[in-house]
Amino acid sequence: MMDVIFGALLELLTPTRLMFMMLGVSVGLVIGVLPGLGGIAGLSLLLPFIYGMDSTSALAMLIGLIAVIPTSDTFSSILMGIPGSSASQATVLDGFPLARQGQGARALSAAFFASMLGGFFGALVLTASVMAARPIILLFGSAELFMLTLFGLSTVAALSGGNLAKGIASACLGLAFGMVGAAPATGEYRMDFDTLYLSDGLPLVIVGLGIFALPELFNLLRGGGAIAQQNPMGTGWIQGIKDVLRNPWLVLRCSGIGALIGAIPGIGGSVVDWIAYSHAMQTSKDASRFGKGEIRGVIAPESANNATQGGALLPTLLFGIPGSGSMAIFLAGMILIGLQPGPAMADRDLGVTYTIIWSLAIANFVGTLLCILLAPGIAKLTTIRYPLIAPFMIMVISFAAFQASRSVYDLIALFAVGILGLFLRRFGWSRPAFLIGFVLSLGAERYLYQAVQFSGWEFLTRPVALIILALTLLSLWAGLRRSQANVNTEGAADESRAASMLPQLAFTAVLLAFFVWVLFEGLKNSYLAALMPVVVATVGGLSVLTVLVFQARGATAAGSTNFDQEAKATDAGPWPFVGWALGFLGLTLLLGFFAALALFFIAFLRVVARCGWAQTLLLTAAACGFILILAHSLNLIFPGGLLQDHYDLPWPLR
Amino acid sequence: MPILSRRALLGAAAIGATAPLTAQAQANFAGRTIEFVIPFAEAGGSDVWARFLSPFLARHLPGQPTVIVRNVPGGGSIIGANDFAQRARPDGSAIFGPSASTHLPFLLGDRRVRYDYAKWTPLIVSPTGGVLYVSSRLGISRTDQVAELRGKELVFPSQGATGLDIVAILALHLLGLNARYVFGMRGRGDARLAVERGDANADHQTTPAWNTQVMPMVRAGAAVPLFSYGVPDAQGNVQRDPSFPEIPTFEEVYRTLHGRAPDGLPYQAYRACSVAAFAGQKPAVIPSDTPAPIIAAFRKAFEDAVKDPELIARRGDILGDYPQAVGAEADALYRTATTISPEAREWVRNFLTQNHNVRF
Repeated sequence: MMDVIFGALLELLTPTRLMFMMLGVSVGLVIGVLPGLGGIAGLSLLLPFIYGMDSTSALAMLIGLIAVIPTSDTFSSILMGIPGSSASQATVLDGFPLARQGQGARALSAAFFASMLGGFFGALVLTASVMAARPIILLFGSAELFMLTLFGLSTVAALSGGNLAKGIASACLGLAFGMVGAAPATGEYRMDFDTLYLSDGLPLVIVGLGIFALPELFNLLRGGGAIAQQNPMGTGWIQGIKDVLRNPWLVLRCSGIGALIGAIPGIGGSVVDWIAYSHAMQTSKDASRFGKGEIRGVIAPESANNATQGGALLPTLLFGIPGSGSMAIFLAGMILIGLQPGPAMADRDLGVTYTIIWSLAIANFVGTLLCILLAPGIAKLTTIRYPLIAPFMIMVISFAAFQASRSVYDLIALFAVGILGLFLRRFGWSRPAFLIGFVLSLGAERYLYQAVQFSGWEFLTRPVALIILALTLLSLWAGLRRSQANVNTEGAADESRAASMLPQLAFTAVLLAFFVWVLFEGLKNSYLAALMPVVVATVGGLSVLTVLVFQARGATAAGSTNFDQEAKATDAGPWPFVGWALGFLGLTLLLGFFAALALFFIAFLRVVARCGWAQTLLLTAAACGFILILAHSLNLIFPGGLLQDHYDLPWPLR
Repeated sequence: MPILSRRALLGAAAIGATAPLTAQAQANFAGRTIEFVIPFAEAGGSDVWARFLSPFLARHLPGQPTVIVRNVPGGGSIIGANDFAQRARPDGSAIFGPSASTHLPFLLGDRRVRYDYAKWTPLIVSPTGGVLYVSSRLGISRTDQVAELRGKELVFPSQGATGLDIVAILALHLLGLNARYVFGMRGRGDARLAVERGDANADHQTTPAWNTQVMPMVRAGAAVPLFSYGVPDAQGNVQRDPSFPEIPTFEEVYRTLHGRAPDGLPYQAYRACSVAAFAGQKPAVIPSDTPAPIIAAFRKAFEDAVKDPELIARRGDILGDYPQAVGAEADALYRTATTISPEAREWVRNFLTQNHNVRF
């Protein structure tokens, strides 16, 4: 046993192989820093080079990338308020306020150190359990998976953002959005407007970017200045590490949550950070600082999301069942180098497994060091005027979005969800709750139906299912207990008491109309495909109705349902910048993505950022050059417009 | 169709511009980039298959061009196929790799399909195989005890009635076995786990997963293979699968149970779906209106590639033990995999609507 473990280490420690690992780590670092791009994009970039490589080098390279992404994606979460990838969404809630308070260094070092510990924990779990994990994973059937989705949904209680009815309605809104596309039980297409694009459902990356990144971007633009009012870094490097060391049990518990959820195929890692975050909140004696710059709110998701990778490798290696999109590509890479995952990975091919584990541990360590080295430089970005950064952000976010299906519809969906996100943010409807609902929607429906089909309603009495149920009730209780001092996920509540209720009432009414529409759309289907939409529309509709009744009673009587971030705004709101984004979308529909991007850059830099011609052209050329290199390495054709429908142009205009 | 003619014109213009490609006698691709278009995202069977074949195709095409894989995902491969049908230039700059998920909607007459296999020419067809197996919890331990399954309820976890699983659904229906389908599985791996866990008791797997994942269960006495879908020979007769010669074909089991060979519309429908989903699962195609020398060069390149010793040495689980169909064999297999008689199509559509609530 020990000789296999250390034999694998020796095999890895050759200059060539370490070099390939560093290559993976470097690519992962860059991809992670870019908002929205995560493991899927990074691995797709490396996949074409896999063929013909020696298998240890290839594994080291791929794992190097996978390991570093949940560390490096923290940069844009903390410094820009934009999730670097879906694994770091929860980090934004407290990391970004810390950076704006001049404690960026503390937040980053705490995040990186927690990430590294989480990564080590994941590697350790993998080492310890690879021989014994098979029966554990087999314990989780449809019944248990359904209970886990309920557990995930129970965190909405803690993340409901100051008003429980609004939180539940937001989660139902997410659940409804998640139901777009084929119904799991019957394959009927729901709410897809008879389009091929929506028949696959809305892509997660687009919903994540639309709901979190775009609203933040539009609102940051309104200030016109830099993100950080003062030096964002401060001197808290040591403080951050001390913060982590002061919370050893939190790190351990969140790493455990991350590794476990990662290891169970079917739930996926995209809500791990939220579960860890709400766990930190539920277990803190004083939860009042959460959402305003509480360091535990950074440590929890960051230790969980790195541990997830170690856990997620278990089903990938043992069963050939990838737990996430990036694991699917890792699996393809394994097959390309001639490795077939299966029971043999814990037996005959144990050496390969330990190569992977060592790569994971070493890459986590190296990745953390690199991130710390690069941090002062990257943090300078936050001192640059935001209008200079915004076009780059829009470019990268759009690019990340159209990775989803490589079509112009990705961009349309992105900006549509972005506008919804803007309203949710403004009126205090919890966006984390929306996202959790969205991610768990199909899972909840699928596993409930399958559990009843496989074991009848007795599935509720299966022991593991009962344990998870107990945990769910515990989490609900802990979340509701804190509903008084609840974290406001959408900003400070006291500054957002509006005198005029009209805008809020209008939006609430729109939501009500939406749920009525979902109800009617749901009823069009056969019983099995109609059940879930009807339940969600009913619960969501009733919650919205409650909110509407409170809001209609007037500004003071509305209590915590009264929330409008624009209540005291004196400018035109984020709308001029939404107009710019829509203009970019319109140009794309006409001229295709690449030409539209160049024109958008020139116009935006001249008009909004007020740059001189030299600076404008230089920045535009840099942006175009960067996107061309990225697209070329991914063999991408940019989404075309009307122009491309009529003329056959050479790449990149094609 | 105005769009097609416009594309054809553009294609012709493009050929005029790049004269060497149309060199009347022999095509030469030196310095060119050829796209291998795959209608799925990165990862997954078709993507891996195309990435594996690409360097060999590049090596054996005249002029050694660069071959890159371009993923056009969405709509369960229908988006990519529609796009290729509408946009591909008939000049050899792109070839296309559809798969079972592309064939089946075409065979079933899905109204979203805008592509026509008759307008494409196959270059290679890579077969795969499939085995339907049951859990020994059903009370049998040997393949020849299949008759004892009559009257028992098989619980079959499925991804959906119109995908790959249609083959198992039709096969079990023809055999007269009673099966209950639990839909909404996210992949064949999930289905296999459901059987291993004991939630379900019948499933089918393609060759690579059978070898690495199910064989350990068979050796442990937990799973029993019932039949394989077989591979048609040059005459179109179904033969035992070379990857598991010890497992009888569906046709053999049918004869054992019913005392006669299968025939009629239901069997025709089964045959079309089964070849589309397994033996003819992965063709590479080129638009048929491409100039003949270019098509010939591609077909020759694939013929040479499958004889390449390096390809044979490295094929592993990606191509398996299957003889790769090229030339006339590819034509025959492709035709079987992508055609169905109107009557058989009507029958299978009715069958799916009545039994599985599928709306066309």
